[in-house]
Amino acid sequence: MELAEIGKTVRRLDYETKVTGKAQYLADMKVPGMCHGQILRSPYPHARIKRIDASKALKVPGVMAVLTRDDILHDEGIEPYYGPVFKDQTIVAVDKVRHVGDPVAAVAALTADAAEQALAFIEVDYEELPAVLDVHEALSPTAALIHDSVKLPSSGFADLAEIKPVEGTNICTHFKLNRGDIEKGFAEADQVFEDTFTLPATQHSFLETHACIASVEPGGRIIVWATTQNPFVVRTQLANIFKVPVSKVRVIVPYLGGGYGGKVYPKVEPITVALAQKAGRPVRVVLSREEVFYTITKHAAVIRMKTGVKNDGTLVARECEIHLDTGAYAEIGPRVAKKSGYTAAGPYRIPNLKIDSYSVYTNKPPAGAFRGFGVSQSAWAVESQMDIIAAALKMDPLELRKKNGYDEGDKFVTDETLRAVGLKECLDEVAKSIGWDSSKFKSSRVQGSRSDSIRRGKGLACMIKATITPSISCAVVKLNEDASLSIYIGTVEMGQGSDTVMAQIAGAELGIPIRKIQVLGVDTDVVPYDLTTSSSRSTFHMGKAVQLAAQDIQRQIKQIVAKEYGVPEDKISFADGKVRLPETALEYAEVMFKRFGMQGGTLVGDGQLKTSTKDEFGEKSTSAFWFLAAGAAEVEVDTETGKFKLLKYATAVDVGKALNPLGCRQQLAGAAITGIGQAIFEEIAYDGGQLINPNLVDYVLPSLGDMPAVIDPICVETPDRNGPFGAKGIGESALIPVAPAIANAIYDAVGVRIKDLPIKAEKIFLALEQKNS
Amino acid sequence: MKRRTISLKVNGIEQNLEIEARTTLLDMVRDQLGLTGAKLGCDIQVCGACTLLVGGKPVSACSMLAADVDGCEVVTIEGLSEKNSLHPLQEAFMQFGALQCGYCTSGFILTAKALLDECPRPSEQQIRDYLAGNFCRCGCYQEIMQAVKEVSGK
Repeated sequence: MELAEIGKTVRRLDYETKVTGKAQYLADMKVPGMCHGQILRSPYPHARIKRIDASKALKVPGVMAVLTRDDILHDEGIEPYYGPVFKDQTIVAVDKVRHVGDPVAAVAALTADAAEQALAFIEVDYEELPAVLDVHEALSPTAALIHDSVKLPSSGFADLAEIKPVEGTNICTHFKLNRGDIEKGFAEADQVFEDTFTLPATQHSFLETHACIASVEPGGRIIVWATTQNPFVVRTQLANIFKVPVSKVRVIVPYLGGGYGGKVYPKVEPITVALAQKAGRPVRVVLSREEVFYTITKHAAVIRMKTGVKNDGTLVARECEIHLDTGAYAEIGPRVAKKSGYTAAGPYRIPNLKIDSYSVYTNKPPAGAFRGFGVSQSAWAVESQMDIIAAALKMDPLELRKKNGYDEGDKFVTDETLRAVGLKECLDEVAKSIGWDSSKFKSSRVQGSRSDSIRRGKGLACMIKATITPSISCAVVKLNEDASLSIYIGTVEMGQGSDTVMAQIAGAELGIPIRKIQVLGVDTDVVPYDLTTSSSRSTFHMGKAVQLAAQDIQRQIKQIVAKEYGVPEDKISFADGKVRLPETALEYAEVMFKRFGMQGGTLVGDGQLKTSTKDEFGEKSTSAFWFLAAGAAEVEVDTETGKFKLLKYATAVDVGKALNPLGCRQQLAGAAITGIGQAIFEEIAYDGGQLINPNLVDYVLPSLGDMPAVIDPICVETPDRNGPFGAKGIGESALIPVAPAIANAIYDAVGVRIKDLPIKAEKIFLALEQKNS
Repeated sequence: MKRRTISLKVNGIEQNLEIEARTTLLDMVRDQLGLTGAKLGCDIQVCGACTLLVGGKPVSACSMLAADVDGCEVVTIEGLSEKNSLHPLQEAFMQFGALQCGYCTSGFILTAKALLDECPRPSEQQIRDYLAGNFCRCGCYQEIMQAVKEVSGK
């Protein structure tokens, strides 16, 4: 019998159903009477809609409903505007379309073919408007305004309460961070470095596209099956749009075929519900691969970074301007910009800072959350420039990082005390893994070489990231009459292994074997509230809530035993799945029988974790815990062609405590591989406002053929005092250092600095040409 | 819509199916046979999530017509395990943690099966080449290599 042991690899609970092809994902599901929904999308990046006529589409046999702006504007039961931060999105376009692929209308029909046919019969007259296609253009005083005004929600996220759009401009938000005295800081510097780094928009490319089945019952109750990472946020947004209490919205989430941030906040759900309401039947919408590219992307960014340094390598001042292309709708871009701003100093003590981080509207598909959430953007600049500085000072890049890097108890840029900071351990681990040689930086630099034209190099990078705070996770754990457990949580199993870890935590707390534990699927009618499965927060937050719920069961058992057996509560303890009394031990099932007088009954344990801007110990806390990580790459570069090969990649993440070690290594290696794709080839390409590669042939994903021979995932354990068994979140950490680590390795190999992602052979070749000329 | 009847063997069971001439193999197994282990990922034959075995060879079912498998033997992931025993590849994938979200898994396992049937002791490079047409966006490539190597060593 496999005990739910913490720190020992446990076979994941979702594996058997997945390897046999039986696991149900949304597109595998059907509901009786279900119609097929299809969406008509804008062909223009920016245009006014002069006229829409759906009458011909309605005549296509099998069509049950056509949804246009007329349906959402003139229905008292619908609030047409929504969005997680600002209410700048509508279910279908109202006055304008703001990006190619913006939903204009939708059809529900008895067959997918009929729906598709009907789309062609919807007549739309557009008046094209000048399109704003990059952040600099967007900031020009003469730029077309993408939103004339933006509606603010009546209540929103506590951490974004003060952030507002800048009226009359395309600036969606401007986050400012000032610390110390920036002018004095630069005056103290011996050297000043100024560089601009850029990175393109990319796409999550989960193999499962967004999908939704919606059913609106007579009386207005809404039932939605959704591919979402945050069912409770979707529930709230749907309740607001369709003007019903949240109790009248039920969101059910099957297994997700990947999320990576691209399935947070409403996506296809509002349009599917509106269609179902109008059709009077359940409707299923499954987005095509192309439509996913129009639905959500990762922010492209331009980052200007100016840093003042002492000759001994001490960082003294930084001025940084970050412009994130948030696309046509704010989505969660304002928080992405804030997180980029907070981490523009990297994991380093820099006393004087002036950081300005903007999310900027453009006529491109909306950008939102992507694994790494603003930090993979800022870290590209921070960690590339660290090596530029190290090279100029003839310092070992590892030493430069360790000299300035955060230690336990240091103050973060928010003036709060950092706890559980395994940064330097992570750096040392990756350096060791790739055979980092510190001595070579002291002499003149001799690059490793395999032949005359092939050079080898090594590079590293590190990072700090925060998790969303404040936030809420609630859990219910039920002890059944046979001493088995049922766990009710809103954490979405999207591949990260959360079901297994939650079972381990409850099982370890109560001494109950894994095989007797069931984690229920997510259904907002059944499971208690959880804010979101994102921000690498579930193990820490939901794990803690599950632990507290298990402890609540222990508390109840103690009360029962004290009452039924006359033993004082302080003499009762728990070990090996039994209730220990001074003279004897009781099985849980015995206690249950005693309590209920027959085989039956349930004990319900309740666990709630609410994080706030003060932690459990009363300290200021803008992040419930801190992610620290480092990565190191070894590359081989052909100096004649610029072609390069990643030979080895090492990733070390401070996981707090590895609850399920194989699961942790999967997260580390997996995030690193996503990082490799972003570093070396992923890029959404545009021609004007048109995406020219919204498919998986032209938008290239990393495959086995692109993998280095070795990826070394290393778990560093610096226990967090607030986490369950010391654990922290780890989902995003390993991705963030990858691109700068590779760029730094390429510099080490051939002495050229790539500042523009992705790092392509052509760019290296051109840089080599320039260097040699 | 033109309809036709095809005869084929799916997971060892003889079937006569009436299909529309333009139905894809993937739609046929998913919608008509209820075998949903194979997934639609890219819809253009590059991601491997829809992989099925036809005559023992891996095909992208999203881009193959059902009419073209008339008379063939088709194996889906559901046909790989017997009631109480899993295929060694299924066991190895679980042991080495060769999956996370699971969406690509049936495609990887079937492609790996075709490789091992063709070449029981593949080199590391052969495994990489053969499986390079399947994407795992969660990034389990290293674990997938380990799992396939484990089975090929047996």
